[in-house]
Amino acid sequence: MKAFLILEDGTVFTGESIGSTREVISEIVFNTSMTGYLEVLTDPSYAGQAVVMTYPLIGNYGICHADEESGKPWPSGYIVRELSRLPSNFRSEDTIQNFLKEHDIPGIAGIDTRALTKILREKGTMNGCITTNENYDLDDIIARTKKYTCAGVVKKVTCSEKQILKGDGYKVALLDYGAKRNIARSLNKRGCEVTIYPAFTTAEEIIASNPDGIMLSNGPGDPAECVEIIEEIKKLYNTDIPIFAICLGHQLMALATGAKTHKMKYGHRGANHPVKDLETNKVYISSQNHGYVVDEESLDENVAVKGFVNVNDGTIEGLKYVNKNIFTVQFHPEACAGPKDSDFLFDRFIKMMEDNK
Amino acid sequence: MPRDNSIKKVLVIGSGPIVIGQAAEFDYAGTQACRSLKEEGIEVVLVNSNPATIMTDKDIADMVYIEPLTVKVVEQIILKERPDSVLPTLGGQAALNLAMELEESGFLKENNVRLIGTTSLTIKKAEDRLEFKNTMEKLGEPIAPSIVVENVEDGIGFANKIGYPIVLRPAYTLGGSGGGIAHNEEELVDILSNGLRLSRVGQVLVERCIAGWKEIEYEVMRDSNGNCITVCNMENIDPVGVHTGDSIVVAPSQTLSDKEYQMLRTSALKIIDELNITGGCNVQYALHPTSFEYCVIEVNPRVSRSSALASKATGYPIAKVAAKIALGYTLDEIKNAITGKTYASFEPALDYCVVKIPRLPFDKFIMAKRTLTTQMKATGEVMSICTNFEGALMKAIRSLEQHVDSLFYENYGELKTEEIEEMLHRVDDRRIFVIAEALRRGISYETIHDITKIDMWFIDKIAIITEMEKRLKEEPLTKELLLEAKRIEFPDKIIGKLTGKTEKEIKELRNEYGIRAAFKMVDTCAAEFEATTPYYYSCFNSENEAEETTPKKKVLVLGSGPIRIGQGIEFDYCSVHSTWAFKQEGYETIIVNNNPETVSTDFDIADKLYFEPLTPEDVENIVEFEKPDGAVVQFGGQTAIKLTEALMKMGVKILGTSAEDVDAAEDRELFDEILEECCIPRPQGKTVFTTEEALAAAHELGYPVLVRPSYVLGGQGMQIAISDEEIVEFMKVINRVEQEHPILVDKYLVGTECEVDAVCDGEDILIPGIMEHIERAGIHSGDSISVYPAQNFSEKIIRVLEDYTRKLARSLHVKGLINIQFIVADGEVYVIEVNPRSSRTVPYISKVTGIPIVELATKVIIGNTIKGLGYTPGLQPNAEHVAIKMPVFSFEKLRGADISLGPEMKSTGECLGIGKTFNEALYKAFLGAGVNLPKYKQVIMTVKNADKLEAVEVGRRFEKLGYKIYATRSTARVLNENGVHAIKVNKLDQESPTILDLILEHKIDLVIDTPTNGRDKTRDGFLIRRHAIETGVTCLTSLDTANALLTSLETEDGTDLSLIDIATIDRK
Repeated sequence: MKAFLILEDGTVFTGESIGSTREVISEIVFNTSMTGYLEVLTDPSYAGQAVVMTYPLIGNYGICHADEESGKPWPSGYIVRELSRLPSNFRSEDTIQNFLKEHDIPGIAGIDTRALTKILREKGTMNGCITTNENYDLDDIIARTKKYTCAGVVKKVTCSEKQILKGDGYKVALLDYGAKRNIARSLNKRGCEVTIYPAFTTAEEIIASNPDGIMLSNGPGDPAECVEIIEEIKKLYNTDIPIFAICLGHQLMALATGAKTHKMKYGHRGANHPVKDLETNKVYISSQNHGYVVDEESLDENVAVKGFVNVNDGTIEGLKYVNKNIFTVQFHPEACAGPKDSDFLFDRFIKMMEDNK
Repeated sequence: MPRDNSIKKVLVIGSGPIVIGQAAEFDYAGTQACRSLKEEGIEVVLVNSNPATIMTDKDIADMVYIEPLTVKVVEQIILKERPDSVLPTLGGQAALNLAMELEESGFLKENNVRLIGTTSLTIKKAEDRLEFKNTMEKLGEPIAPSIVVENVEDGIGFANKIGYPIVLRPAYTLGGSGGGIAHNEEELVDILSNGLRLSRVGQVLVERCIAGWKEIEYEVMRDSNGNCITVCNMENIDPVGVHTGDSIVVAPSQTLSDKEYQMLRTSALKIIDELNITGGCNVQYALHPTSFEYCVIEVNPRVSRSSALASKATGYPIAKVAAKIALGYTLDEIKNAITGKTYASFEPALDYCVVKIPRLPFDKFIMAKRTLTTQMKATGEVMSICTNFEGALMKAIRSLEQHVDSLFYENYGELKTEEIEEMLHRVDDRRIFVIAEALRRGISYETIHDITKIDMWFIDKIAIITEMEKRLKEEPLTKELLLEAKRIEFPDKIIGKLTGKTEKEIKELRNEYGIRAAFKMVDTCAAEFEATTPYYYSCFNSENEAEETTPKKKVLVLGSGPIRIGQGIEFDYCSVHSTWAFKQEGYETIIVNNNPETVSTDFDIADKLYFEPLTPEDVENIVEFEKPDGAVVQFGGQTAIKLTEALMKMGVKILGTSAEDVDAAEDRELFDEILEECCIPRPQGKTVFTTEEALAAAHELGYPVLVRPSYVLGGQGMQIAISDEEIVEFMKVINRVEQEHPILVDKYLVGTECEVDAVCDGEDILIPGIMEHIERAGIHSGDSISVYPAQNFSEKIIRVLEDYTRKLARSLHVKGLINIQFIVADGEVYVIEVNPRSSRTVPYISKVTGIPIVELATKVIIGNTIKGLGYTPGLQPNAEHVAIKMPVFSFEKLRGADISLGPEMKSTGECLGIGKTFNEALYKAFLGAGVNLPKYKQVIMTVKNADKLEAVEVGRRFEKLGYKIYATRSTARVLNENGVHAIKVNKLDQESPTILDLILEHKIDLVIDTPTNGRDKTRDGFLIRRHAIETGVTCLTSLDTANALLTSLETEDGTDLSLIDIATIDRK
């Protein structure tokens, strides 16, 4: 079946429908990872967005459920050049075609994803519509597409109940704003007992549980929209509990301490982003997925200083909070998909909890 | 960390002659690195014995020594030039080994020279089998269970413990030389004893066989601050068991999930960190196909063939970055040259698929064993890029120029299904075609996978191609079907064949439907950042993004495709220099080529690079978009010449000598007319098509005769026939491939061969020099030792040669380069071949005379005159030195190949000997080619009857030098009768000890075995020569070569060699 991708600027791509055939309007973003399509699909940070994979051959190794980073795929749409007809890998349990259908994710294949990526790079992230209706009304779709905003997504992706991963080490409270599984797993692997809390848990409840450390997770959407959460984080900031935050968590902590965030032209999404540790001048290749970034100008150096910067565009990739046991990163040390180069940051967090005892 | 300012003058060691396992990729890497060093204001001293390379140009380095790569010579260069550092990681294994010897002997330390780019400790940890094993164990990185043995007994003992099959890898050898898989004790003994001999340190690794696992490679980089990145990973379609150089490789990996990808990536970074590498490194893995188990196979702490491939596949210039790292820069300080914005400390993201296919030399060595093993056999490779795997595979196949433009191969369609299934078991260069045929027959994926161990994903992709073949045959050719066929890169010609239409009809249909190739950019970042480097590939069903053209005049330079015997790196040299000359003249330059190993496909050589197959259709796609003002074909070897007609049909102007005149040189009748007009004699000859005609021609001319197809490279298919029987046989071989052009039968003349390369501007000619061949006519010019200036011709002959060259160049209306081969016999000069284009000897003659003839030819092509360019026309005065080009062979890599020289070219590369005298030059040339005598002062002689008397003198000279001579019965008799003491040894079928036993004892310096005329069919001679080669003994098959070697041995002892910096030769 034919499918169409219509961008809010009126560009139309014609391809084949994949997954669900229902129509969807969404923000369109691109990801440059060459492997890890399943991890990308199940990353809750993509909630409210349709993802374009720039690597043209997707689905080659099928679906291995153990690699999922959450319970289900989150993107509202999926855009690829080609889906593999025959997946081949010893762990493959299913095809990506079935997976998308099962989870009712609409998508389009067979389009020039590079041409699309170039549009998004040049004009910036924009909204689009995927439809299988051959008689679509272009003006109507453009009008509806322009109106779309990606809002209230944290509420959608966070867990509904607290969950505990047993461990005999430090007790870590993980606030789930759309956490990828490997964050909890990385801590648990290091012996931590991880308690995963819904995003809207009050600071009081967290503090009352007396954790050794608090982990603020990644998540989708505009961080500035999360006003309630930011209020709670302010309270957490004021405790002495060590805090480590990733991605959305990093942005929320910055907002909670007076800094600002802004939307980037087309964000960082991929597995090849170089970040530099300003303390050691060492560069690590990181996995990234963010469309917002902390404003450098808004930073009060008495509150937080830069810990990591992006080598390519110089944007803030990590903050260290002055006189606080708090450090945050914009990128994903938990990888999945992507390189594990910055995995040591979890050790740094453990060390911080140890020193704080 | 900024640049280390104490580094001011760097000696770069090149990789020497092109041999299998060490080819043009090091010219690419070396050239890029030297330019990168010069960019930083470093004074670069270069040593490389290979004159055909671009890196040995005075534009590339400040001082250029084309000298033998021996410890002694490099020491002398260091003493003369006093560099502060040596960069050894760009010249392959040859350079690394040399650097190790210099370091271990303490020479570098004594002279205050340091190794940059790597340390000797790093080299040792990665290259020494035991050290490597210990390092991996320390890191907890798995390797296949193995031991390092120094004798056969230990190998047998270990094999009995862990069971067969067993893999054997000799330490410190090129391209896995001497390695292999043994399935039983007999094979083990055979391969192991050979490997022990070939290893520089007499060590061989005996290990568990992991054949059938996935073979995965990672190219990683690290700087002195410990920053590590991976440039690219690659997956071999052929599982472990086939050398990666002989495998079809895809980048990035296709069947690895992120978990596997990251597991191996993490491992690679751990290894490069532990080895403390500063620069590039290649790590090879075997990955179990149904678990996460893996083994590290090998680590190469230097740039390699794989790194060249990774550079071209991603656009990330590994050698350039490695050179900057060697100077102290860190990755985050080095700009990404493609985007100009981002930095070298990132990992390329590909948004396309790359396929590499090796170019194997079995068309040249039809006797050689085609089986692919852990010992590399390929001479070159092609790469292709497409947005899908099927398309990339199809493009790569037609880039090979092996008369196959699809997955249909020769007569496979006629074979029985059982035969096809049987053939699946053969691991050779035709396996991909066998798989395709198996799929057409309905043999299941499972069966194919079980036999070949090739991943199902790839089998399915091949099936998509064969399904398309079927659809094209059976279904109406709708727009959708045609588009789908083009999307997976079916050429119009094949679509035409399958649909019963002509190529032209398909092309017209495509135009009607608007199905056009689009060009996409290779930008390192999957379009995330804007790229400024115009490096393109084509695909269908896509939007074109190639840049609009500039108002400048535009020229298309056609490259020479994969490196093969007969068409090597020298044509890349010509293409690149021509491109530079066009640039100088204000042209916009466009290169089309498909060879990832070369300098011409570096993205900063031409203004635009199209990485595409060199077929008419693919070139036409580019022409339609670029609309060049002209194309130049005379620098890209036969590959480019073959495109002339097609280009003219597209309306592209051929710059330089016209196509008609090129034809006139190839067409026997036209050419004969020209010769007659010019009163130039040639050996008598005929053109024929059939065997009957050939026999008649041979009878008329009288044996011996030369038989060869026209329009071929390197004398391919050329043979000297002495009987009807041989004519019949040769004609059969030639006609295996459908011949579009007639076959030539010529009288074979015995005489001295010589050749000239000349530039002609239509009026005047410029001959930089005359090159005389040491071997008499009958041995291909590419396999002959070539001497500049000619030593044995009278002034009168020289004037005749000059005169004939002028006449021929004018009559053929040559504009640009012409190469002419002559025979001088009994005081007469005969023309044997004229090629109105660049030749193999162009780089050599340019360098040793200091006359840049490619640049001159290019400028002449666009309207300059020789006089106008400041040169005096005619033959240039001789230089003050003698320069000898010595062919280098790779016979030890090709089991079963006959090494005897003849009219068909067999050498893979060449080296130069340059000296103040002929003898010195000759000595250096032999030294550079690896002939380093004496060792034991024992020689074996076995010569054909016709050579027996001549052999006496050779024997006498060896005797005088103190050599002990062993000879087979009749040779021994003749020698002894003539007063040369020779010890008779038994032939192979006689009782032991035979000549073979003698060779296997390793006390022989040299074997002189001249094969009987024509094809040697006696197994004896063949076996003797093969054994000599495989045990590392120099083997000569021509008495002329033997005499030359004697001359060098008699007069030179290798002390006090003069060193000539060819950058100082400028004789304008």
